[in-house]
Amino acid sequence: MNIIVCIKQVPNTTDVRIDPETNTLVREGVESVVNPFDSYAIEEGIRLRERFGGKVTAISMGPPQAESSLREALSLGVDEAILVSDRAFAGSDTWATSYTLSMAIRKIAEYDMIICGKQASDGDTAQVGPGISTHLDIPQVTYVKKIEETNGKKAKVERMTEEGYEVLEVPLPCLITVVKEINEPRLPSLKGKMKAKSAEVKVWKASDLDCDPKSIGLDGSPTKVVKVFTPPAREKGKILEGDPKEKVDNLVDLLKGEIQ
Amino acid sequence: MDYLLTEEQKMVRDLARQIAQEKISPVAAEYDEKEEFPWPIVKILGESDLFGVYIDEKYGGTGGGVFDLVLATEELSKACGGIALSLAATALGTFPIILFGSDAQKQKFLPDIAKGKKLAAFAITEPEAGSDAGSIKTQATKDGDTYILNGTKQWITNGGDAEVYVVIAMTDRKKGARGASAFIVEKGAPGFDFGKKEKKLGIRASSTRELIFTDCRIPKENLLGREGMGFIVAMKTFDSSRPGVAAQAIGIAQGALDHAVKYAHERKQFGQSISSFQGVQFMLADMATQVEAARALVYSVAKLVDSGSKDISKASAMSKLYASDVAMNVTTEAVQVFGGYGYMRDYPVEKYMRDAKITQIYEGTNQIQRGVIALGLIKESIKK
Repeated sequence: MNIIVCIKQVPNTTDVRIDPETNTLVREGVESVVNPFDSYAIEEGIRLRERFGGKVTAISMGPPQAESSLREALSLGVDEAILVSDRAFAGSDTWATSYTLSMAIRKIAEYDMIICGKQASDGDTAQVGPGISTHLDIPQVTYVKKIEETNGKKAKVERMTEEGYEVLEVPLPCLITVVKEINEPRLPSLKGKMKAKSAEVKVWKASDLDCDPKSIGLDGSPTKVVKVFTPPAREKGKILEGDPKEKVDNLVDLLKGEIQ
Repeated sequence: MDYLLTEEQKMVRDLARQIAQEKISPVAAEYDEKEEFPWPIVKILGESDLFGVYIDEKYGGTGGGVFDLVLATEELSKACGGIALSLAATALGTFPIILFGSDAQKQKFLPDIAKGKKLAAFAITEPEAGSDAGSIKTQATKDGDTYILNGTKQWITNGGDAEVYVVIAMTDRKKGARGASAFIVEKGAPGFDFGKKEKKLGIRASSTRELIFTDCRIPKENLLGREGMGFIVAMKTFDSSRPGVAAQAIGIAQGALDHAVKYAHERKQFGQSISSFQGVQFMLADMATQVEAARALVYSVAKLVDSGSKDISKASAMSKLYASDVAMNVTTEAVQVFGGYGYMRDYPVEKYMRDAKITQIYEGTNQIQRGVIALGLIKESIKK
């Protein structure tokens, strides 16, 4: 199986800073980690290769420092790593990001499954995975908690819902986004880390990908971040006392008061 | 303090630290309470390649040396000195094979040890022979193509859980110090049994058992080096392994110190953090300085051993002596910083104090270490 895993390097949650001009995250100089959900994606990709043979390629769109996350992926056992990086990509929203990644995936050409983490811990939109499958016009299944089986032509997966889970059959190639319930990510091995240290990480720029310049970066982003703020804390609720009739009377009075 | 580690050394340290923080810390108290052997952790350590940091790449290791073993042991010990022992005591049982084994013996035993598939142990101590290692009674009698072992070894770390044992036994009592030999004995050899698992003050996640040899027959190919080299094998092994015990000690000390500093900041008395009181500050400062001095000594000695120097006995003994004494002192002071909470098993520091004590005792008591250091000094003085 040819598997592509899309990963993102994100700031370690405690160190977030916002650029006041673009209202996007300042990523340079901040301690970075592989997006937690992407660790599960990497692990699932490697497990599929262990079961069915093939190749796992990790790709990431980000600034030059994102290379370290790709090396982490290599140290865990992915076969190849590609960094999609260009000043022109800066400021991308999820539409421009998923477009850019889909162009990189088109360049890779051969793939049976694309695996993404459910969402990134910095943006939290969960949109890029579905965006990529839309750009590539392939089916997607989000919140996958288990890949039951695959025969190279289709896959049977369990998709998490609020009440439980659905079992879906999806033709390949497809894209899935995964949740934490899917596996327990392995730790890197020393030999893996040493191999990753000297491995080559390919870097693809905008010109390598044939991107439409109007579809990438800040210009290619139909959504704009207007403001990033912490919402006010939810106020304490009121607990109503008394027998059910008293409580209902009390509640109706309170609601009437709110409407006025 | 930055010790200017190489990229590879940082990888070893960082990976060991990650495993310690993510996999060992959450379960350390439970393993200590239940006195269970941490097989799930051994599996993780095996997959991480940490078991092979001091083993040649040719035999499946990553080609590092004692310094890498020290880095790994220290990080793991910060989380739990007992669990770290599954790796550190395996190293003790593996050094004899590395230092004195034939290529065939290395090919046979080292790859599985490097992958954590088999653990190792070193057996010299007996009920009547502790510091007086020369008075061991376990006998190995040559019989055709085999040796027959008879006797009992005591307090063997990893005893019962290891697959590979290096056993020092007498082959010719008349030759005294030159009458012992070192043998590799595998678990399952006929006549090789284990005593009950000992109940210990500390390092409870580590297993300690008697080895009982009753007409235990082993192939003559399992002799390490030549007959008569037994005590040389033991002494040279200790020279390489003592920095490992020292590393365990500084890991334990650092772990306790970290808890103490954090607690001193959080605990408020008389309207302020107790870390604002000079009395407590001075305690913490002394603890930290001792740990750093011990660390600097252990790292230097480990590098000396890896350099191939022949003259390492005194330095090695110094590193073990100092680091273990520091560990006992620092962990006791850490309990003191925690006050009443330090005495309660619900809080982590009392375990560090219980774990630290053994480092002053095994692999040569600190009294023996002082003897080694003194003899080294005297020898050097005579030479001048």
